[in-house]
Amino acid sequence: MSTTLLSPGRPAGTTLPRPADEPRPGLPVRRFLRYAALAVAAAALLLPFYWMVVSSVKRDSEVFTVPVQWWPESFHWSNYVDIFTESNLTTWIGNTLFLSVVVTFLQVLTGSFAAYGFAKVRFPGRDVLFLAYVATIAVPWQSYMIPQYVLFSKVHLTDTLWSIVLLQAFGAFGVFLMKQFYETIPEELSEAARLDGLSEYGIWARVMLPLSKPAIASLTLLTFVNTWNDYLGPLLYLRQRDLWTIQIGLQTFISDPNTAERWALIMTGSVLSVLPIAVIFLAGQRFFIEGIANTGLKG
Amino acid sequence: MATMVEAPSPGTDLRGRRRRPLALRNTAAGWSFILPNFVGFALITMVPVGYLFYLAFTNLNVFGNGTWVGTKNFTRLWHDSSFWESFWHTFYFSAVHIPLTLVVSLGLAVLLNRKLKGIAFFRTAAFFPYITSIVALCAVWNILLSPDSGPVNAVLRAIGVDNPPGWTVSADWSMPAVILVATWRWMGYYMLLFLAGLQTIPPHLYEAATVDGANAWHRFWHVTIPGLRHTTFFVLVIMTINSFKVFDIILLMTNGGPGTSTEVLSQYIWRKSFGEGFEFGYSSAISVVLFGICFLLTIVQYLLNRRGES
Repeated sequence: MSTTLLSPGRPAGTTLPRPADEPRPGLPVRRFLRYAALAVAAAALLLPFYWMVVSSVKRDSEVFTVPVQWWPESFHWSNYVDIFTESNLTTWIGNTLFLSVVVTFLQVLTGSFAAYGFAKVRFPGRDVLFLAYVATIAVPWQSYMIPQYVLFSKVHLTDTLWSIVLLQAFGAFGVFLMKQFYETIPEELSEAARLDGLSEYGIWARVMLPLSKPAIASLTLLTFVNTWNDYLGPLLYLRQRDLWTIQIGLQTFISDPNTAERWALIMTGSVLSVLPIAVIFLAGQRFFIEGIANTGLKG
Repeated sequence: MATMVEAPSPGTDLRGRRRRPLALRNTAAGWSFILPNFVGFALITMVPVGYLFYLAFTNLNVFGNGTWVGTKNFTRLWHDSSFWESFWHTFYFSAVHIPLTLVVSLGLAVLLNRKLKGIAFFRTAAFFPYITSIVALCAVWNILLSPDSGPVNAVLRAIGVDNPPGWTVSADWSMPAVILVATWRWMGYYMLLFLAGLQTIPPHLYEAATVDGANAWHRFWHVTIPGLRHTTFFVLVIMTINSFKVFDIILLMTNGGPGTSTEVLSQYIWRKSFGEGFEFGYSSAISVVLFGICFLLTIVQYLLNRRGES
């Protein structure tokens, strides 16, 4: 089951863009139609983002108008200052940043460490253990969030940032991604290192880690983005206002009757919550795509 | 063989001299690698999953008494019309969302799997909704879909639809609205999986089919679809689980409403535990149902896939 589930695609390390279909270039008319279809699809996909950005510099009263204003009458860049004074955005970003960094560090460290054990060390019980990791793919978090919460509250971990760290840092995803990559590294390499007297830990630190930079980049980016965007975990566990993450803070701002009508400001906050992720994604797109294509999963 | 390789090298004199110490050392080394992650994984995931099956048979609630009540929670579930409503809503969502997303994401993947200038931009565009925060996305979509002055209905009116849908404020249209946004958010992700699958189909199969006179449609049915078997299986498994556990998008767009027209299983679990009753025992029983559905469907898909293979 593990191999069928975990090998949807191709071996790690190959780059994605390679045309398989359509050996000949199409006729000019067909090519034009194809671009037209793509342009319409892209417009539909990106329209909400366009609306978000445009509304973020409108006046609150200009977001809902008949007829619809597709372009702001005047630009209210001051929204980007006001959102910081009218909400606790700075605290929220601070908390989210803390969580994302700590979770990412722990996930990469323990994930790559465990993956080495699964991919390169042979011992009895290993495959059964791995199957336990694989089986959790079929178990949605929503189905065990209640017992998990009850257990966390028994050890007084609810309403702390550490609850979110624990929730996110030990996922099976990092293990899958790194294992998939380690398995593409030839066995001879670690065998040679063993003959040179390196311990298994030495091989992990000095041979595997340097070789797996692309996989580590994928895992780092995906974990960071995942933790940044997480809404349900913080919703369940973080009650104190000064522990809120950006997602919880923003949603509270949206649903608070005092600010619910501040449409433009809500969009400003939305843009600011998406912006770091957009920058990270555009900068490391290759690693995102390879990470997901190689495991077929996200955290 | 082990001795042959290891004899000449100094510093490994202990390794492999006898079979058992080697196996022991490997076991110790293997576990030491896995342990840091496994301790977290076991405590955060496996123990709660196990605990779920105990909690579902207790009456644990906010007052803390969690005594064993046998199958009482499940009997109550059987007669709970709100539960059945959320159960069917979950199926409604899945029955539309899964085929729709499958077709759209496969279509996008086939469309984008070619050498065209600027294709990278389109792939990025398709993938972008998937990596952005669900809170921000739902905030935008709630504005876009606003019935009276939202841009979507403005466009619909402009192209001649006199009575555009009420979307999230109409009991009939709220589920389609949620499905629409969910599909929009997820299709880029599944498209990526399909794109990866398309790369594994050998190009010479297409060439051979073309030589045999197959047109684009035939090539799609007789080369692409069979070539994507494994990918499609995997995508379907993930899609089914993601779809049956749907939660955040509903919480943020409709909060189950209007009325309970979009209340799904996850949301009902939430309502019974944190929303109103703090009935952790009862909501665990609902969780067991969700767990069972996802597990069962995965097994069924796995068996179907294996039967199809032989």
